[in-house]
Amino acid sequence: MARPASPRLDTGRSRRRQAWLRALPFLLPNLLGFLVFTFLPVLACFALSTTDYRLATITSLRELRESVDFVGLGNFVRLLGWHSEGGRLVANDVEFWRYLGNTLFLMLGLPLSIAGSFLLALLLNQRLRGITIFRTIYFLPTVSSAVAVCIVWKWILHQQPNEIGLLNGFLMSLGVPHPPNWLGSLVWAKPAFIIMTLWATVGGYNCVLYLAGLQGVPQELYEAAELDGAGAWARLRHITWPMLSPTTFFVVTMSIIAGFQGSFLFTAAFLMTGGGPAGATTTLMLYIYNYAISWHQLGYAATIACVLFVMVFGFTLINWRYGQRLVHYA
Amino acid sequence: MSAPRTREAALRRRALRAASYLLLSAVGLTMLVPFAWMVSTSLKAPAQAIEFPLRWVPSEPLTVQLDGETRKVARVIGEDATRVAVLRYSPEGAHVRVISPASAAGEERLVAESQLETVRRAHLHWENYGEAWRARGVRVREAFFGLVSQVDGFLVFYLNSIIVSICVTIGTVFTSSLAAFAFARMRFPGRDQIFLGYLATLMVPAIVIMLPVYALLSQLRMTNSYTALILPVMFSAYGTFLLRQFFLTIPQELEDAAVLDGASPFAVYRFIILPLSKPALATLTTFVFLHSWNDFLWPLMVVDRLALKTLPIGLAHFQDSYTTEYHLLMAASVIVMVPVLIVFMLGQRYFVRGIALSGMKG
Repeated sequence: MARPASPRLDTGRSRRRQAWLRALPFLLPNLLGFLVFTFLPVLACFALSTTDYRLATITSLRELRESVDFVGLGNFVRLLGWHSEGGRLVANDVEFWRYLGNTLFLMLGLPLSIAGSFLLALLLNQRLRGITIFRTIYFLPTVSSAVAVCIVWKWILHQQPNEIGLLNGFLMSLGVPHPPNWLGSLVWAKPAFIIMTLWATVGGYNCVLYLAGLQGVPQELYEAAELDGAGAWARLRHITWPMLSPTTFFVVTMSIIAGFQGSFLFTAAFLMTGGGPAGATTTLMLYIYNYAISWHQLGYAATIACVLFVMVFGFTLINWRYGQRLVHYA
Repeated sequence: MSAPRTREAALRRRALRAASYLLLSAVGLTMLVPFAWMVSTSLKAPAQAIEFPLRWVPSEPLTVQLDGETRKVARVIGEDATRVAVLRYSPEGAHVRVISPASAAGEERLVAESQLETVRRAHLHWENYGEAWRARGVRVREAFFGLVSQVDGFLVFYLNSIIVSICVTIGTVFTSSLAAFAFARMRFPGRDQIFLGYLATLMVPAIVIMLPVYALLSQLRMTNSYTALILPVMFSAYGTFLLRQFFLTIPQELEDAAVLDGASPFAVYRFIILPLSKPALATLTTFVFLHSWNDFLWPLMVVDRLALKTLPIGLAHFQDSYTTEYHLLMAASVIVMVPVLIVFMLGQRYFVRGIALSGMKG
């Protein structure tokens, strides 16, 4: 503040440079890796989406330049556009819309999963003996290898003329005469995946987040409400739920972002159904994977990935803008 | 409050507790059923694995050797002590020979088939695990830069998973903690802008990042290498974020005192911040390790050589070759799953805290 002017004019700049030099050794390893393997790839993905880049054995940079064409927004038109076919409007990429539909359909289990996590957290928040054992058990699917989990579920949902999986065996013992062929049915494959996801996620991250939230609710609030004669339901409705609304906001946001990506469902579709029957369980992630890895069309795959990104981003913005209003900050 | 009311309240509390236990157990059982079924199937003989009706305890029909032939042992319904060996079936019924009780042994009888119940004996086929482990379909010709040849697939997958997970974990914790130190405890121009860049990428779908990196690695002919499995996953923005949040909570006075004593920034990092951040470091370690151990998509994209596969993609490969041999598939799944569960049990505290920590700041 009241310091005498420094005789050297560039003090500010050199101090800044010094600060940088001090921070650099700490920052550099991570920042470099972050730039190369996280930040620049995001930009590169958008760049890729404007090309017809295909993975092929290209030996030199010149060959690469010659073999890759800039197509501008061509990929986006091919992906999102519509054209007229005999007077009818048809999507250029019918499959994309279908798989987007699948992705959204498979997210229908989210409200159930979140509500289930909330209820489980309420149950787990009691001082009961052996409660940690339950917590551990509920969390098992989350830490288990998704591949192993999917293989088991494939076996559980199995249905062949002479081979009956666990679930259908159970249903038949309950008196259901012809339980569905879950993974082989256009109608039932998606519900089967939803059930499986529910099993895998209900006691997972969201439940732990709710539990942490519950433990942060001041006990005095409940005591005061009880003195005022509030019943259990009223306490839940007017204390627990509003106090947990930041958690709910976070959980909903993250769940939908995760739902769009659907990494568990990718594993499930990849291992259990191959995306079938007839594309019924193909999600956008699998579609991107197929274009990139199976069909070597990285440019188009990047286009779909960018659209996915924009959808996630748009959703997050909307959620931030409007969802926040429902959040009650104590 | 009057006595009856408190008694009623106590009663209600007890009822609530009982209901809670009931519900918790019901959900818990549902959670465990797939795992139990996995273990159960993994211990069955091939024929029993796909048998209907379903059985939880792996068992096989009991047999005896009679006159050099293998015969099934059955129980006659209504005669609890009688065990018979089935000789043959005919339209009139089953021809059987009594083998116990001793008083009637050797006696031959004709019994209606519906009166017979096969005697089963529990039989756990532990050898399935060995068979899965040594499976031909996943035999690796050469691995680890030619150091070993002709080895069991799962041994290679295990070692690969261990190598990759440990390298990724050490790399992430090391680089993230250094960067987090800079972000949390140092001042330099552009710090907050750079950190915002880190935060922004947390929302980007992973595939958006993976595609260009995959393209780069392919173009450089670096797929199918440990580098491809490890290097791109080692610089976690999430880890930096998590540790920065924790480092911010460490009181400044400690650092100031050390700096007055002439400590360098690295000394502050090494001897003040790190020792005080053990819980956060443990959290990140468990997180990253489990994530890397279970990661499926990235290894799937960059590796297709058997010798480089990690456990998840190795198991997926195994599933391709043994689609219908459920007893082996389940044994292999158990083989893959068990170490993760052990790590989780050991690091559970940190893991759960880590989730809570990341949620708080959201």
